[in-house]
Amino acid sequence: MKTFRIGGIHPKENKFSAGKKIQTIELPKQVVIPLSHYIGTPSEAVIKKGDLVKVGQLIGKANGFISANVHSSVSGKVTKVDVQLDATGYKRPAVFIDVEGDEWLENIDKSSDIVRECTLPKDEILRRIQDAGIVGLGGATFPAHVKLTPPPGKKAESVIINAVECESYLTNDHGLMLEKAEEILIGIKIIMQVLDVKKAFIGIEANKPDAIKLLSNLAKNYTGIEVVPLKVSYPQGGEKQLIDAILRRQVPSGKIPIEVGTVVQNVGTVFAIYEAVQKNKPMIERIVTVTGKSAPNPGNYRVRIGTMLSELALDAGGVPEDTGKIVGGGPMMGRSLMTLDVPTAKGSAGILYIQKQESIRKPIQNCIRCTKCVTVCPMGLEPFLLMNQSERNMWPEMEANRTMDCIECGSCSYTCPSNRPLLDYIRFGKTTVGGIIRNRAVK
Amino acid sequence: MNLILISLITLGAVGAVSAIILFFVAKKFHVYEDPRYDEVEAALPAANCGGCGFPGCRGFAVACVEAESLEKLNCPVGGNETMQKVATILGKTVAEAAPTVAVVRCGGTCDHRPRTSDYDGVKHCFIAHNLFSGESGCSFGCLGLGDCEVSCEFDAIHINPATKLPEVDEEKCTSCGACVKACPKLLIELRKKGPKSRRIYVSCRNEERGPIAKKSCDVSCIACTKCEKVCPHEAITITNNLAFIHDDKCTLCRKCVEVCPTNAIVELNFPPRKIKEPISSEAELVS
Amino acid sequence: MDKLVISPAPHIHGGDSVSKNMTTVIVALVPALLVGLYYFGLGAIIVTLTAVISCILFEYLIQKYILKGTNSIMDGSAALTGLLLALNLPSNIPLWMVIIGSLVAIGIAKMSFGGLGNNPFNPALIGRVFLLISFPVAMTSWPKPIPFNPSYLDAETAATPLAMMKSHFGTLPTTLDLFLGNMGGSLGEVSVLALLIGLIYLLIKKIITWHIPISILVTVFIFAGILNLANPEQYASPVIHLFSGGLMLGAVFMATDYVTSPMNPRGMLVFGVGIGIITVLIRTFGAYPEGVSFAILIMNAFTPLINTYIKPKRFGEKVKVNN
Repeated sequence: MKTFRIGGIHPKENKFSAGKKIQTIELPKQVVIPLSHYIGTPSEAVIKKGDLVKVGQLIGKANGFISANVHSSVSGKVTKVDVQLDATGYKRPAVFIDVEGDEWLENIDKSSDIVRECTLPKDEILRRIQDAGIVGLGGATFPAHVKLTPPPGKKAESVIINAVECESYLTNDHGLMLEKAEEILIGIKIIMQVLDVKKAFIGIEANKPDAIKLLSNLAKNYTGIEVVPLKVSYPQGGEKQLIDAILRRQVPSGKIPIEVGTVVQNVGTVFAIYEAVQKNKPMIERIVTVTGKSAPNPGNYRVRIGTMLSELALDAGGVPEDTGKIVGGGPMMGRSLMTLDVPTAKGSAGILYIQKQESIRKPIQNCIRCTKCVTVCPMGLEPFLLMNQSERNMWPEMEANRTMDCIECGSCSYTCPSNRPLLDYIRFGKTTVGGIIRNRAVK
Repeated sequence: MNLILISLITLGAVGAVSAIILFFVAKKFHVYEDPRYDEVEAALPAANCGGCGFPGCRGFAVACVEAESLEKLNCPVGGNETMQKVATILGKTVAEAAPTVAVVRCGGTCDHRPRTSDYDGVKHCFIAHNLFSGESGCSFGCLGLGDCEVSCEFDAIHINPATKLPEVDEEKCTSCGACVKACPKLLIELRKKGPKSRRIYVSCRNEERGPIAKKSCDVSCIACTKCEKVCPHEAITITNNLAFIHDDKCTLCRKCVEVCPTNAIVELNFPPRKIKEPISSEAELVS
Repeated sequence: MDKLVISPAPHIHGGDSVSKNMTTVIVALVPALLVGLYYFGLGAIIVTLTAVISCILFEYLIQKYILKGTNSIMDGSAALTGLLLALNLPSNIPLWMVIIGSLVAIGIAKMSFGGLGNNPFNPALIGRVFLLISFPVAMTSWPKPIPFNPSYLDAETAATPLAMMKSHFGTLPTTLDLFLGNMGGSLGEVSVLALLIGLIYLLIKKIITWHIPISILVTVFIFAGILNLANPEQYASPVIHLFSGGLMLGAVFMATDYVTSPMNPRGMLVFGVGIGIITVLIRTFGAYPEGVSFAILIMNAFTPLINTYIKPKRFGEKVKVNN
């Protein structure tokens, strides 16, 4: 079975919520819809206090190249446009809406009927994706339409669908694949149409045999779509790792996948694209996994964007007593939350409760130079060296040792027998070196 | 005997030839350097802290010699005395600069600013700053992990474990500016030292609206504008919900300190006054 | 609910630890130790216990009274150093020499550089080489292998196969004896079989990778083989080179020491080849009959250089644009 060729680890999977049906939670009384995204510039609010909005109405307009539209996920009255503490740990602009009923815009197809035919021209499809504010749901929340518009002179030969879900605990993509397989395949067809490619690969790890079987059977009806089962290994969901695993091509340092003739989209994004193009439904909800070793009711939940995570947690059985840390996202790359009173954003993949005894790091010891961090690094870097250089502020040396290639997967810190905070320091170095590089470019 | 003689002659010959080669090479590749570089460098404190904006004391010495006037050059460590020496060596004049000192503009001690979460990571402000806004509700306040302490070459700034805030040692601080650059929250400012080291400043950087700021920290500036109104010298301005005292206009009349409802304005090294209630405890700690 | 903990990702840890690694290596050494105990009896027990206990003691004392750091003896590295030192000594060596060796290993080679992880040279080997140079007679008069030998200092001595090769004197043991360990030598180096069991255990437990041991053994085999083909009268066969002396112990346990070996597979190969070549050179042309310890120490000195110039295979290094 295929997998990527350099490094990798295999943390305990702990997918407690695997195979659980996606549940839709009750509409909250109030939503706080973030206008900012993890990356790029925040969107510009186009409504004001007191406005009445419907489900699917545009409330934030994309502001700049790497930015996306934001739509209301509920119907009701805008109470204010203010800052709100979000999952990034900082206060950022958001729209507060009091929910009144559930009134959708007329042109949105709310039904669950599958619309198979797509006869729209390429430009129209792209416009719909852009208008719907679709961002990559794999975590980086990069606007989908930008990815689907290759830079001039470049041409994709294939498209890769990232259905790996290599993070332990998380099962939202898995759940989506089991319930919306047909829609996902139609979404892939649409993407193939936009990129004008003949071949699509769906990469799924072998720990999801039901999804592999279902999609492989259905894919027989669609030409050019192939399901590729992959050996379980983290971080296979990393864009570069996935391309290496499926196509055996390695994207060069500092380049994007189109360099090796492919485009990667997350499976959740594909479903959102289907809904946007075929049903005219903007990105107003997503699937969130609520899980943890002592979570009372681990499962996958369909949540309107802007719902407070605390309400979702309540619907999912409440926060367990022994929780020491709450992570937004997966255990390897998610961000720990200061409080659950933060809104669901487009990039929120899960809520993970970590028990007290697991939430505190063990004391740091001397590096014993065991080479394990080098062995597991999927980018072929030397984390121990980068950490030392970061501690000593040796920025030019860090750049020469390719610190900017780091994908921040955390495999090094996970493996280190001396519990050294390798990634913390590498991230610090990356930020600083990135700043130095940008300054140089300006000059 | 013979052996010793031969050894001596050989070694002596090798040495002599090498010396001749060295002599000519040195002549050929000699680089003329203004002797004043060395003189000026000798007058500098040799701290190589970079506070002047040049790479080390040598760099500053070169800049001084090459510059038309010493107007924009200042060695914060050596202060006026050193600059006077440099001016004498170069035969230039130098204006007296008011001495400055680092002040920390955050008064959020553990008592005033309750912590809402526990940070468990590397004790490094920059890393914590990239991760989240801080353990308390205030996203502008001090993280207390001591990047400033590490950056200080003069052992002049230390985190007080009781308050988790940095404290500047006025005697040792040379106002080189290293901590100013190190602080990711931009809390440290170089201010005029003031007569008898007396200073007044707003010990807060919170730019949130009053009620929100007050909720996360007792001693935050709530931008009530009382100080702005009471100041007879127009030395206080309020931008982004935050008051700032301009030290070039401030006459240290202390009126603003009296009116501040949250004790966010701090006065340092003043004699205690008779009428006003005692200065809040953190004001002393910040000194 | 109490205050939530905030920390940067990743939020889980694999559970590996320094002491787990050290314990695994100690377990991997058990077969070799048992063979040593079998052939060298009482002396082996005394020497091993002395070395282990004195290493732990010295580390504890230095940490407590000189470095004033946290107690580090629980991580098992001092015990491992002591065990490795003992396995590198003849079993009839006087106790006070063992204690001096331990002091040099822990005090000079390890703690004076800042403790575990900072030593440039393998501490056990420094201890051994210090003793070898200081007390050449005691360090090179090996006891004869007698099952459950009850004598210690007065044990009957025997020459090692390597010394015989060098002096062209005496009859070499059979290959089977070499493989099982029935020959004169240091107490842990004699049995190739036991050491190979240790190697396989370490590889299965993923404590070490194959790169260092295999590259050393292959290099020695090839280099000694070439010499042997050139002149079979003068130079011993490569099999004897592989199976005798401290080569197996050195390749499996000493050269693979985490701290003093290179940090990536490519560097490890260079390191292993270097050790192999130097070993054969010393064995065939040098003054000493055995050269593994010197070879490893010499290559230890090159480790920082190897780390600087030989980098791991980067992702995307070789771009395959054509499928």
